[in-house]
Amino acid sequence: MKTKKIAVLALAIALAMILSFVESQIPAFVAIPGVKIGLANIAVVFVLYKLGWKEAVLISLVRVVMVSMLFGTLVSLFYSVAGAVLSLTGMVLLKKTGLFSTVAVSVTGGVLHNVGQILMACLLLETNVIVYYLPFLILSGVIAGVVIGVVAAIMVNRVQVEY
Amino acid sequence: MSAKRKKSPVFDLILIGGLLLLALVCYLLFAGGKSEGNVAVVCVNGVETDRYPLVQNGRYPLNGGSNILIIENGYAWLEDADCPDKLCVRQGKVHLDGQVITCLPNKLTVTICADNSEVELIS
Repeated sequence: MKTKKIAVLALAIALAMILSFVESQIPAFVAIPGVKIGLANIAVVFVLYKLGWKEAVLISLVRVVMVSMLFGTLVSLFYSVAGAVLSLTGMVLLKKTGLFSTVAVSVTGGVLHNVGQILMACLLLETNVIVYYLPFLILSGVIAGVVIGVVAAIMVNRVQVEY
Repeated sequence: MSAKRKKSPVFDLILIGGLLLLALVCYLLFAGGKSEGNVAVVCVNGVETDRYPLVQNGRYPLNGGSNILIIENGYAWLEDADCPDKLCVRQGKVHLDGQVITCLPNKLTVTICADNSEVELIS
């Protein structure tokens, strides 16, 4: 791995962690469990487009583990991992098709992140009543995904790094 | 690195439109709220612990006091919780069949059901 790549990855992880922290300081504005803006996804989408999917998986997992250790709990780690894994899988596959824009990829990531969290909640709470929230989670994932996608697309275009 | 196939906003619109449609379908399937419920079923960790009729006003500490359930005039809501985000409190009052209040940190759900006899939890 080239030194420059290591540096860029470290930078992306730092960015993702700061964004996670900033998001943790924003009070929830809708009373639905699992709704997240997903600011850290800006860094993940950026790396996905600039470096590749393996690197995106790497920084995403490192971020989830480190953020849970710093600001979260063991339970929040389960939720985050479920969200991150599902969201990344969706984004990587969608990007591979080559048919969709950054915004659409980010929207898919946002929606799947929320869906992953709710699936984990269903598992942990051993209940299916939580699917009640699914429509609201899809909707909020779409809205947040559009915003995050636009920001990430700007970053992908403006930050010119050579490898 | 990026694939060189044709990107088109049409695909984006289909995808996003499809997701919104999915949300609508889920809403119609799961939302509940079609008829009045008459009992509040409390589940902790997926196991039913209590059920309270909505006709009877009261203030009930749930789950060893982690959440406080209020039932008044046919409405149920959580007045307080010991979790930091208090999302369950902000979910407000429920009274319709199928409505749910969830407290993820305490692994607790309050589901409104339409029958006081043996009923399954409605998904």
